[in-house]
Amino acid sequence: MHTTLNIADKTFSSRLFTGTGKFSTSALMEAALIESESELVTVALKRVEVDNTEDDILTHLAHDRIHLLPNTSGVRTAEEAVFAAQLSREALETNWVKLEIHPDPKYLLPDPIETLKAAEALVKLGFVVMPYIHADPVLCKRLEEVGTQCVMPLGAPIGSNKGLKTKDFLEIIIDQTNVPVIVDAGIGAPSHAAYAMELGADAVLVNTAIAVSQNPIAMAKAFKMAVAAGRMAYEAKLAPVKQHAEASSPLTSFLS
Amino acid sequence: MEPKAKNKPLNTTYFTDVFNSYNWDDTLNSIFNKTEADVQQALAASKRTLEDFKALISPAAKPYLEQMAQQSRLLTKKRFGNTMQMYAPMYLSNECQNICTYCGFSMTNKIPRRTLTDSEILKEVAFLKAKGYDHILLVTGEANKTVGVAYIKNAIQLIRTHFSNITIEVQPLDQDEYEYLAAHGLYAVLVYQETYHRDEYKKHHPKGKKSNFNYRLETPDRLGKAGIHKIGLGALFGLEDWRADSFFTALHLKYLQKNYWKTKYSISFPRLRPHSGGLEPKVEMTDADLVQTICAFRLLDEDVELSMSTRESEVFRNNIVNLGITSISAESKTNPGGYAVAPQSLEQFEISDERSTETIVDMLKGQGLEVVWKDWEHFSH
Repeated sequence: MHTTLNIADKTFSSRLFTGTGKFSTSALMEAALIESESELVTVALKRVEVDNTEDDILTHLAHDRIHLLPNTSGVRTAEEAVFAAQLSREALETNWVKLEIHPDPKYLLPDPIETLKAAEALVKLGFVVMPYIHADPVLCKRLEEVGTQCVMPLGAPIGSNKGLKTKDFLEIIIDQTNVPVIVDAGIGAPSHAAYAMELGADAVLVNTAIAVSQNPIAMAKAFKMAVAAGRMAYEAKLAPVKQHAEASSPLTSFLS
Repeated sequence: MEPKAKNKPLNTTYFTDVFNSYNWDDTLNSIFNKTEADVQQALAASKRTLEDFKALISPAAKPYLEQMAQQSRLLTKKRFGNTMQMYAPMYLSNECQNICTYCGFSMTNKIPRRTLTDSEILKEVAFLKAKGYDHILLVTGEANKTVGVAYIKNAIQLIRTHFSNITIEVQPLDQDEYEYLAAHGLYAVLVYQETYHRDEYKKHHPKGKKSNFNYRLETPDRLGKAGIHKIGLGALFGLEDWRADSFFTALHLKYLQKNYWKTKYSISFPRLRPHSGGLEPKVEMTDADLVQTICAFRLLDEDVELSMSTRESEVFRNNIVNLGITSISAESKTNPGGYAVAPQSLEQFEISDERSTETIVDMLKGQGLEVVWKDWEHFSH
């Protein structure tokens, strides 16, 4: 088995985080999430009928193991994000928030400037902030400095299933950052998730690849296994890739 | 696997907490227990860990020294190109209230003491400028009344228009004092722990402010918090086992890089030589050991600056410039006023390579290296 992951006051056995969008029915979503054994599930606040205790999505997420992670999808500025987070804290009774600010409706790429502003404000308001961002190592350090509990860099544009297109930058982020690194967006296959974990990511968040599969329940299980395998491999330390140094004339012969 | 320190608030972090979780003897044992397989694994790794570093400085790595040197050379060329940064030390004062068993300026040594005046400093400056130097390292002993923060600030102000890059190697200061000096043009600070062996450190620093091990150990933290551009680390090899001291220097470096990400780092490699007239080393570090250590640092970190002084011999320096070193001094004088004011006075330690700057420059160029004099500009004031 592999080690657990701590974020703020919570300890996670599963390093696979999931989402709730794009499933054909809520019942299927529930079955897939149970199969995934995921313990942190993000839900778009804009999808929830906060006044309705019989809300369809929330009812299907009511399991002891599942912690809800409301996200601010739909907001376009820091100000809107702070408002949305406060709303979700009240409605869903959690101070955790996945901060997503993507003013661009086509690629849904996160706005780094608004995200940093909102993160700083939300940390001051006592939120556990999990910011969705581009794989930008400097932005990660800035977010860490304002007190976010993790960073969530993207592997590829959200929903694209392209895998770890940002690999070189993810490696720098994993190397430099003092808070957990969760690769969010772009992961389209279990092999992508395993690869992210082998690189040393602390967790991955997968939604589309599970939800739009022909068989979301089987795919959820496949991701669960891939994430566990990747983490186990990382902790066991992978055997190195052989490199062949270019030989030049002896450099140490002066010592003899 | 080494646990990652996560979720730690940044501004309250000090290296002491990390350091105290290590034990000297266990560390040394684990270095000596590294096998050839560990060394091969470390050599083949694309990103190296501190465990890899231990393997690379272990006795098991000795047969792989040539391979380490080849890799170290390649990595250095990849990151720094064919360049060598030149710098010159300038000793401002040999007054000192510390007793350090290995130092010529130690308080109880009966030597004439001198602290340079403004006009003397400018004479030394003129000498070094004529040689071409633009990066300077100001050195003093620890004597707060005569060479405290006010004296250092004055010296920096005095020479600031002459050098684009000013580094100091003086007594450890408080964070606000570093901030103050940075505002007046200070670029970098060198502060060597001498040895990371707590008890041995006490033995060699029985008196003076320097006897406070923790205050010195946390100096790079204060520099990081003060936003100093570059921090230089090192151990005086020979005071204790050089392998363990190298490891703790590497641990210190990795810790600092994680916590002060805007800062640059450099490593220096001073060592005590047997039969040189000074303190005899407790654990000798041979030339091969020193090459191994330098290469191990380069293999651990492609970006860190590695610096070589004139303590080392001509032959050693001619060869080491190809193995990972990125900055070098020449013709150094380690006595205040040694260049132009009082060339005959007593030095802090013996210089091995006394060749002129011109000769060193020719040697470097002959090896295909571009000699870099200026590599900094102040964009703030």
